Amino acid sequence: MQKLGDFKLPHFFNYPPYFTLQPVRDTREKQVQLWKDLILDYCRTQKIFVIGLEEEDFALFSNPVIERSLSHEARAAFLSALVSEGRAEWLDKGHRKCLILWHRVQDWADIIFRFVKDNGLEDSVMTVEEIRSGIESRGTELHGIDRTILMRALRVLEQKGKLAIFKGTSADDEGVKFSM
Amino acid sequence: MATSSLPKADLTSSGRPVFLPNEIECSILSSVDLECDDIPNFPLLKSGLLILTTHRLLWLPDNNPSSSAAAAAAAVALPLSFVTHIFSTKKSVKTLFHSPRVRFQASLDPSKSVVMTAVMRGKGDTDAFLAKFWENWRARAWENDVQTQTQAQTAVGSSSVSGSGPASGSGGFYTREGAVRMVGVSGILRKEQEMWESTDKSLQEAFQDLNALMSKAKEMVILAEKMRQKLLSGSSSKSSATNDDEVGSKEEMQDWMLSVGIVSPVTKESAGALYHQQLSRQLADYVRIPLERAGGMINLIDVYCLFNRARGTELISPDDLLRACSLWEKFDVPVMLRKFDSGVMVIQNKSHSDEEVFARIKALVTNPDTLRTGISASDAAMTLGIAPGMAKEHLLTAESKGLLCRDISPDGFRFYVNLFPEISTDDVYLVKDYGIYNTWVRVASASRILGWSECRIKDPKPCLGHI
Repeated sequence: MQKLGDFKLPHFFNYPPYFTLQPVRDTREKQVQLWKDLILDYCRTQKIFVIGLEEEDFALFSNPVIERSLSHEARAAFLSALVSEGRAEWLDKGHRKCLILWHRVQDWADIIFRFVKDNGLEDSVMTVEEIRSGIESRGTELHGIDRTILMRALRVLEQKGKLAIFKGTSADDEGVKFSM
Repeated sequence: MATSSLPKADLTSSGRPVFLPNEIECSILSSVDLECDDIPNFPLLKSGLLILTTHRLLWLPDNNPSSSAAAAAAAVALPLSFVTHIFSTKKSVKTLFHSPRVRFQASLDPSKSVVMTAVMRGKGDTDAFLAKFWENWRARAWENDVQTQTQAQTAVGSSSVSGSGPASGSGGFYTREGAVRMVGVSGILRKEQEMWESTDKSLQEAFQDLNALMSKAKEMVILAEKMRQKLLSGSSSKSSATNDDEVGSKEEMQDWMLSVGIVSPVTKESAGALYHQQLSRQLADYVRIPLERAGGMINLIDVYCLFNRARGTELISPDDLLRACSLWEKFDVPVMLRKFDSGVMVIQNKSHSDEEVFARIKALVTNPDTLRTGISASDAAMTLGIAPGMAKEHLLTAESKGLLCRDISPDGFRFYVNLFPEISTDDVYLVKDYGIYNTWVRVASASRILGWSECRIKDPKPCLGHI
């Protein structure tokens, strides 16, 4: 079976029609479904949070083994399908960059909640940067999390009164006061 | 009693009359009753088509799609040679209120003549019809036929003397006129020479101007028909002696002759208001042979070319063709017009089924080689024995049915068997032990291993395409 880095690719990745946007409705629905699953799977295992729409931006968009790559239209179609399902968001109006949410924001909030409980941090204060790259988060899914996603998940918790976000002197040292 | 009914007329399967050799249709009127008070048990011939040709007066029941067989049984024909008198219409107050009628006298058997009346209940120019009726009756075209036939017979007789022996010839070495016939090889050569000279002459005359061409068109068609007959008789009698080359060229020649062939094309002049209807029926009869050759489906554009070529000078417009085709829905004909999603229009047999084509396409895309490489429209065209344009339409239809899916790449536009339904969304790595997906995985991975090894041996570039 073919691999991309340490990611195991499914057999149909070598099926040429997989790389052409299918015009027939039923076939297309299945194709879009397979692409959505593959993109989410790959991003989760490779910890990719943002992908660009250009072909060279994302390894899955082309398959050199069978010399096929997705057209711009096809790439936009698959990412749009993810966006409409709430599993991705466009980062700009021109739809050139896409934030991939292999966990929805609500799920990320739950993960943070569990992380705080597991580490006994219920009433402590952490900087946002510490959550992303500190010793506590090492080995968890939070390690290396995209800042945009992290801030959104924190805001969800803030609205529920589980924590308070306060600004530091500069943008990159925002702090969080947990109160769970 | 033989006189109690008129001779039956033969109809084609789409309801057009079968014409005699050299017979030309001149006028058609609809909603005509044919009455005859002099004959007891005269059949009820109500509101049908009255067709006047150079040789006959035909009456066909009006189009009833459900009963073409019944229509064929009821159609009658009166040879114009039976007509002994045509009455001129009397202008009177009575005729103003009546439907116009044409009366004529005919002798169905030599001892007795009867008066028949055609009552025109539909729209149509009765006076013009009467004038043409007179004209054709006076012209006595059927007598010319008898003459040309006997001429043709003597001609065939003289040229076949050397082959079949003097005993079988109609008059031995002498023709009826008493001239000595040409015998042997020199005779054949002389005959050919004469024929070419006369052909050459008629060709030169024909091209002098367009009017001359129009008037010569009929002769040309007859000439073509004659040459075809001669070729046919020639190939059957001497088949053992001729080599393959000659047979081939003869067949080709016959093909050319055949494609000229509609002797009496339906024209606006002859059919009037019924033009499209009659054209439609004639077209249905005509397309049967080209359809058979093309495998049950043929492009409308191709039919347009073939049909106009067969009509010779009486060309029709694309619009007329389209209207003629769309009228088929109303008639009981074995062919139909079909429009593909792409807008391409074709003519196909009603019996032609897409399922059969799909089965063949499926067989084509699931063999180990094409499973891996897919097929292009021209691959399908070659296998199915049809035109590439047509093959593409079939492939696109098969795609829309979910049988195939497409692959567009710099290599071109190809079709693969649709594997998407076989792939599990719950476990993308799952390949069942059976089914087409499994076969494809095995074929694809085998070829990749093969492809890599080939690459190592040879220059990597040429085999990149099939990895």
